[in-house]
This record gives sequence, C-alpha cells and structure tokens, in this order.
Amino acid sequence: MSVTIDDVKYMANLARLQLSEDEAASLVRDMNDILGYMELLEQVDTSDIPPLEHVSDTGAGFRPDKAHPPLDHEEALKNAPDADSDYFRVPRVID
Amino acid sequence: MSVDTQFETVIGLEVHAQLLTESKAFAPVSNRFGSAPNTNVTPLCLGHPGTLPVPNENLIRYAVKLGLATNCKIRPKSIFARKNYFYPDMPKGYQISQFETPICYEGHMDIGLEDGSTKRIGITRIHMEEDAGKSIHDQDPHNTLIDLNRAGTPLLEIVSEPDIRSPQEAGAYMRKIWQIVRYLGVCDGNMEEGSLRCDANVSIRPAGQKEFNIRTEIKNLNSFRNVERALTYEVERQKELVLSGGSVIQQTLLWDPNEMRTRQMRSKEEAHDYRYFPEPDIPPVLVTDEMLEEIRLEIPELPEARRLRYISQFGLTDYDASVLTEDRPLADFFESILEQGASAKPAANLIITEIRRVLNEKGMAITTFPVGPERLAGLLALRGEDKISSSAMQTLLDAMVDAGPDSAASAGELAQEMNLLQVSDTGFLDPIVEEVLRNNPEEVKRYLGGKHGLIGFFIGQIMKKSQGKANPGMVRELVQKKITEFK
Repeated sequence: MSVTIDDVKYMANLARLQLSEDEAASLVRDMNDILGYMELLEQVDTSDIPPLEHVSDTGAGFRPDKAHPPLDHEEALKNAPDADSDYFRVPRVID
Repeated sequence: MSVDTQFETVIGLEVHAQLLTESKAFAPVSNRFGSAPNTNVTPLCLGHPGTLPVPNENLIRYAVKLGLATNCKIRPKSIFARKNYFYPDMPKGYQISQFETPICYEGHMDIGLEDGSTKRIGITRIHMEEDAGKSIHDQDPHNTLIDLNRAGTPLLEIVSEPDIRSPQEAGAYMRKIWQIVRYLGVCDGNMEEGSLRCDANVSIRPAGQKEFNIRTEIKNLNSFRNVERALTYEVERQKELVLSGGSVIQQTLLWDPNEMRTRQMRSKEEAHDYRYFPEPDIPPVLVTDEMLEEIRLEIPELPEARRLRYISQFGLTDYDASVLTEDRPLADFFESILEQGASAKPAANLIITEIRRVLNEKGMAITTFPVGPERLAGLLALRGEDKISSSAMQTLLDAMVDAGPDSAASAGELAQEMNLLQVSDTGFLDPIVEEVLRNNPEEVKRYLGGKHGLIGFFIGQIMKKSQGKANPGMVRELVQKKITEFK
C-alpha cells in the first residue's frame, strides 16, 4: 500500500489544510516512509494481543451530574473573529 | 419486474434521544433548553485548546438503563471515538461518539401490531454521543449565526435492525421507544422540539428476495404521524420508480411535512469520511457488575408489565389498561387515586372519559391537572355511594377544575353547595312522584295495561322536576309502588 499525491490532497482537504505542490509532494514521501515502518512492524505476530485503544487501562472517572456556572456570555464571544451581541457569526454555510 | 410484483418493505430506524440530565455530556454546565444564545457554554463547548472532556455519570447510567430496558447486552468496557468533520456548529472539529464498541448492543423490543399480535424488532446498538450546536441560516442575509448552547448535549443513538416491514410497524416501534424513554425518565420524548429524533433507512425488494436493495435515508421525521407518512410516501416512490424501469439511488432525503413529500438534501462534497479514531482524552468507560445491579434496581415497572398487571390485578379491560399505561404520568396518577382508597374500575373510567376530556379541552398535561388524587377519590366515593348522579359527577369535576389547584373544597362540600346531592328522602320525593303520576293519566293507564317501558318516561319527568337531584334507583322503586294505587 502506498500513498499517492491524490490521497494527500484528499486528506488535506478533509483537514482544511492548504498545501503547495511542493509541500504535498514532501508529505507523500513522509507518509510512505511512515507506512514503510508500519509494514516492518506488521512482521510481528500480534494475533494474540488485543488492540490498545487507550494508554490508560484504569477507566474513565465520571463526573457527578451537576451544572456549574457557565462561561460569561461576553467572555464566550470575545475571542471569535466575528460575533453579534448574541451569536457567533460565520460566513454563510449553505446546507 | 411487472406491476404484479409483490414488494416487501425493509425499514431500519435510527433514533436520537436527548437526555434529561442537569449538565452536558462532557462539561459541567447546564443542559437546559431555551436559554439565551451562547449562555450555557464553557471553553470546552467552544472548542478552546487546553480543555478536557470528563463524562457525566448520568450519560453512562442512562445509556445502561435504556440498554437494560431494551434487552441489550452491556459492554463492561467501551470506548469513545472521535467522528471528524468540519462544520461551524461543532467547533472542536469532531463529535465525541462511539464507533466500534457501543456501550449497549444486541437488544430487542416487542411491538404490538394492529391485529393484536406482537413482533420482535432487533436493536443493533445504543451508543452515547454529544449533540452539535445550532446553525441559524435565515436571520442574517450574509452570515450564518451559531448558538452553542446545544453543543455537548448528551444523546443516545438507538439503531434498530432492518426488521421493520411497514410504515405502521415503524410508527409502533417509535411509540414504544417514546414510551420507554419516558418511563425511564431519561428523555422527555418531545419530538416537535427535537428531544426525540428519528431518521429512517428504507428500501424495497421483491417478496422472497433475501438480499437488501439500495436504500434511502429520510431525515426530519418530527412526529409519529410524519414517520408513517414519510415512509408511506417513500415506499410508494421507490415502487413507482422500480416499476417504471428506474432504480433507487442511495441518497439522503428530507421529509417536507407541508408539501407531504420527500426531497433530496443537497449532498455534502466528501460524504461520510469521518475518520473515526479512539478519543484519546477519555479513558475507556468501565461498567462494573455493581453499577449494573444498582442501575437494574432503578428501572421502574415498564409499560408492558404494568398493562398486564392492570388487567390481572384490577380486572381492567385490555383497552383501558393500554390507555392508562401509555404514558407513565397518567399511570402514576391513576395509582395515586387508588392509594386514596378509590376502586380501580370507577377510577379508570373517570380518567379515561372525564379527565382525558378535560385535558383535551384545556390542552393540559396530567402533571398539571389541578385536582389532586385525594379530592378525586372523594368524588368517586360520592358516586360510589350513589349520593350523586353520573352527570352530577361530571359537573362537579368541571367545577373543581375551574376552581383551580388552590381550591381545597371537597367534592362533598361542592355537591352540597351546588345542590347536586341526590335525594333519597321519600318525604321530598313522594309528592313529586304523585304529582307526575296524577298529571299523566294516559301513560299511567297504558303502563298498567302492560306497557312497562313507560317507566323511563316517569323517571325522566320526576328527575326533571327534582332538578336532577332525585336518586334514579329510588325513583324507580317509588313509581313502581305508587302506580299500583292508580288501578
């Protein structure tokens, strides 16, 4: 399995990254190197080993179902590139 | 394929239930509906860096509760996953959901069909996830406005097996889910406000074929009626398409309840490449045996069991038991009247005919019914002791409702005040009976000649003269006794 320039462009688009042709070409090399290493790892027999889903095996701590005070409304909108007094404002999204 | 081809409908439903928790799924902030925009938010809901999600214990507990109530297996260890996509109402760039290891799986529910039989519908999985915020497209001509109050609201997604074979079965399945989530108290079941939402996958195949054909997905089914209508429309559309030589293409459709038809949603460019991976910020969710037992004990008697108990314990008809147990608050209300000493059958009748009439007329929920169980039991006792007529009971109930929740007047006091107590006193009734008999010599003659059906006529006249206060049983006896004196 190897990564093509089209794969990189497709993934870049999904991740909303804008890449120059040079950057895309260098990522093709990097990703193929990574896949090459994975192929090396694949020589190890892991059929008896369950997949590692998380580094911690202790289990999630749960939070009591209590509401604390929210972030202040002005604070919440403060860092947005655009907002009115109620809402975040973003370029029109057509569904 | 010819016009005579018999088609079989194949439907699977995906239901989203918004949970009735105090706080959001992963952030300790209010989960209330209807607050001012962007006020129930934390840095986590806004997708700020450096924040960490911590699961709400009730997200886990409610999921397990619903899983147990729908006969699911519960995974002792399940993990959250990230579902990646960019949309402004999901500022993190991913939705925390579950993918390969849903917390509940392989369950089932039995639904009642119209012919009285039941059918088992498999439940593939129930998983936990968070909701997105709300995008508003129609308030500003150049921008989309974003409210993140709903971002992070806890949801359960309940996925059925493609076991449903008709729009009616789909409706029955949906009602059953509604009933169960309300009985468990995990979701308010309000489809119009979107706290219970349904998407349907539907395809058709020639009867006898084993493989499934291409399906379409219908979104925006915001009422039981729309579930049935949209599916009926879509099944017909697919049949006509196939019979005219076309083929169904996989697409997402939106039900338009005003136009009564489905239409295609504009498809997003890279459809469904969500690149799920395990959520690194949340360790695995462990459900211990102790937790499981604790939650099992919290599950109330479910509608089916309650309906059967009403039939066996109280001798109610299947119909009455079904009506009373359809929604938990109504069944609870019924039982609270019984706790005040009322007998089951009259109490059931009072609720089913009179109280439901009032609820309908006033657009009221049983939870806000202004007359409490104690006073209703008093009303039933008056009727049981034959102190008031059945029409007086109706009048009294209306008066008690109109007096509102602050009124403490008992049914007996009101009956006295409104002059509705039946009179069994012969000193009062004798003269009226005699007068009526005297004034209707023709009818008396015919009665004595064998026309005994005329008794109703006399009783009617006497009831009228007594302004409805006479006890009809008593009147009947008096008429039968006194009329012989006219021989």
